[in-house]
Amino acid sequence: MLNDFQQALARIYPRQRVLFGRAELATYQCDGLTAYQVKPAAVVLPESGREVIDTVRLCYRYQVPFVARGSGTSLSGASVPVEGGLVIALNRLNRILRYDRAERVAVVEPGVTNWEVSERAAADGFYFAPDPSSGPVCTIGGNVALNSGGAHCLKYGMTANHVLGIRAVLPDGQVVQLGGDSLESCGADVTGMFVGSEGLFGIALEITVRLLPRPEAYRTVMAAYRSLAAGGEGVARVVAAGLLPGAMEIMDRLAIQAAEAAVGAGYPADAEAVLIVELEGPQEEVEAEHPRLVRVLEESGAVAIEVARDEAARQKIWKGRKSAFSAVGRLSPDYLVQDGVVPRTRLGEALAEIQRLSQRCGIRVANVFHAGDGNLHPLILYDGREPGALERAERLAGEILRLCIRLGGSITGEHGVGLEKRQFLQEMFGPDDIRFMGQIRRAVDPLALANRGKVLAEDGIHEAVAAGTA
Amino acid sequence: METPTSIEQVQDAVRRAQVVRVRGGGSKPALSADATLDLSGLRGVVDYDPSELTLVALAGTRVAEIQQLLGEHGQYLPFDPPLAGSGATLGGTVASGLSGPGRFRYGGLRDFVLGVRLVNGQGSLIRGGGKVVKSVAGFELAKLMVGSLGRYGVLVEVAFKVFPGPEATATLRVDCDNLATALDAMISLAAAPLDLMCLELEPPRRLWVRIGGRSESLRRRAERVGRLARRSGKVDEASGPEEAEWWQAYGEFAWVPEAYGLVKIPIGSRQIPRLESCIARWEPQPVRRYGIAGNVVWLAWPPELAPSRLEDALAALGRRALALRGRWPRRMLGPAPKDVFSARLLQVFDPAGRFRRSAGETTD
Repeated sequence: MLNDFQQALARIYPRQRVLFGRAELATYQCDGLTAYQVKPAAVVLPESGREVIDTVRLCYRYQVPFVARGSGTSLSGASVPVEGGLVIALNRLNRILRYDRAERVAVVEPGVTNWEVSERAAADGFYFAPDPSSGPVCTIGGNVALNSGGAHCLKYGMTANHVLGIRAVLPDGQVVQLGGDSLESCGADVTGMFVGSEGLFGIALEITVRLLPRPEAYRTVMAAYRSLAAGGEGVARVVAAGLLPGAMEIMDRLAIQAAEAAVGAGYPADAEAVLIVELEGPQEEVEAEHPRLVRVLEESGAVAIEVARDEAARQKIWKGRKSAFSAVGRLSPDYLVQDGVVPRTRLGEALAEIQRLSQRCGIRVANVFHAGDGNLHPLILYDGREPGALERAERLAGEILRLCIRLGGSITGEHGVGLEKRQFLQEMFGPDDIRFMGQIRRAVDPLALANRGKVLAEDGIHEAVAAGTA
Repeated sequence: METPTSIEQVQDAVRRAQVVRVRGGGSKPALSADATLDLSGLRGVVDYDPSELTLVALAGTRVAEIQQLLGEHGQYLPFDPPLAGSGATLGGTVASGLSGPGRFRYGGLRDFVLGVRLVNGQGSLIRGGGKVVKSVAGFELAKLMVGSLGRYGVLVEVAFKVFPGPEATATLRVDCDNLATALDAMISLAAAPLDLMCLELEPPRRLWVRIGGRSESLRRRAERVGRLARRSGKVDEASGPEEAEWWQAYGEFAWVPEAYGLVKIPIGSRQIPRLESCIARWEPQPVRRYGIAGNVVWLAWPPELAPSRLEDALAALGRRALALRGRWPRRMLGPAPKDVFSARLLQVFDPAGRFRRSAGETTD
């Protein structure tokens, strides 16, 4: 028996695009952070912006909370459904509405994947710079909501830096056009304010992104160190030398061993840290900078340096890094991926402290991180079949986030606050700041319908249920 | 005019006043003529560690002072803030949302602001963003401040990402046959992976192309850009101190004739021919430069020319303009779209309307 709201939904959507059944809903009950699982009341699969707007207006009329969702790759629980609420799954809004070679912009619907944008632009030598590791499947709508990052943020910034305009439906169904299609703008940057709001301000229907010319040349160097601190020192020296690499990544011993076992990337098996540095830019420029980089790394105390001589060698170096997360999965039945930021100069200190915490708790932690941005991704290993193991892992994760706050960093560099870090947002900001964020939220969405319970703890009229095991 | 020198004094001033209009260095007189609060005394670097590539300073700090400090460590503000030589402050630069020609390479002001502290309409000190190069915790208040013209609060502190500066620079002047050829050349150069610093069009047919980077590679890079540019026109090259001085003067709008007004209009390169043909019918004609590969036009407005002409042109193009110098009816010109999102934010940032410029004003 359908209630009034469900009947109204059925008037917008044909039967196959509105899901009420238990089995159908199961697919949508969690995202990439599988510890949180909530069954929604229904899921709709709109195919046009018009349908999304009508749906949001219906939610407003019936006061039904809704969660917009792309591919569900969030690692912070940002797209977990709300109990009794609606999931608006946007993957079918997947058209590229405009592609402008001369002005190097594209207007896309939210369900277009990150990679599809770059694929569309590839023939002209352009690409969309934000590169979260879920790029092949994650959607631009999700990238906008979470202000997604990737491995190249020091040089190129986050998603917000590549979004020029947004047509959005606000939580009460009003439609607004924010920003435009120029790199320049007049007036407050409300587009930038919308990006990263984790769905709390409504749903982006059309997103104008800027495209960059793909760098012409790359030079990739791998350096191995006897300690994590020495690897951190290597990063500091690269920056001090006035170099601005496209990416700088560090893996620790556990991550190195896991990656070696999985893909055999050729990292020295006895290294405590592996640093990958990649220069990119015009041919002449990377040729000039490359010897400088190698010299800096040699002087930084690296015990081994490998320079990629060709594209195959470059891909081999990257293969280990890119497989690290899944490779660590072979070491342990379950793991939590954490996401914190420390000032780059305090990387060594942060890593030593994480090691100390890890030993104290008797929980193994593998570290893979974007060293150029100071963005740590500790992988906290646990066995979900062991009673209390998840809770112990979460406690350690919390300690690591507090460490990031203490060192002047951030509780999230790219995964967002979502459900997972609401408590820590309150530790990073002061009570006035948090209260003000709550006021902003209520001004934009007085009924707290859009992605209720995420980011702001006080928003949580509803609490998601941690399911215990992943 | 009040002249606070501490954040507490700013909070106090906001709580006491019914109207709060901020000025920094006064380098953009159309935005600061009627100011009530002078922030140029709230100055100083709060935190700068060159190896961190971040800098935190109070809003009234002069841009020129920051540029000098960064320069001592081989670093710079890649968004190339204009009017530094005219006393522009960091806060004024953020509030007016101005980036210079160097923005072409790595991005504009919005791409380099990491965090802010602001005093809202109730006098509370609010923090947004952080001081690390990557953080997505909480709402992006720092972005909202960019171009906000003091409407959402008084900016008191800003954190920036900074980059290593170029060791050497060179500039190519490309004289094409006509506007169409110059536009084609501009679009081709912008699309190529040349990592140009600046790409500006001086209408009708001259391009200014600047490259910067390692001294040992600059020669070869300049030759390559020159080869490409020669397909479109005659190329002359400049380097050395004169070249740097030329760009510095350009960033001060030294090309704007005495007594002329100045407005900034965000635009797309496709609209340039239309705007040019519009301007061709006016007398006297505004002097102008198209910046950032055709993403902005800086229009120097002759005092004899009626401001209504600009309003008409903006309506036809569907663009807005920001007044920087001269006498204009409003700070933001052109069609103002209804924007309920901004209106709702303003209810929170400025419930009493202290930061409003005029009674009828909503979001500008």
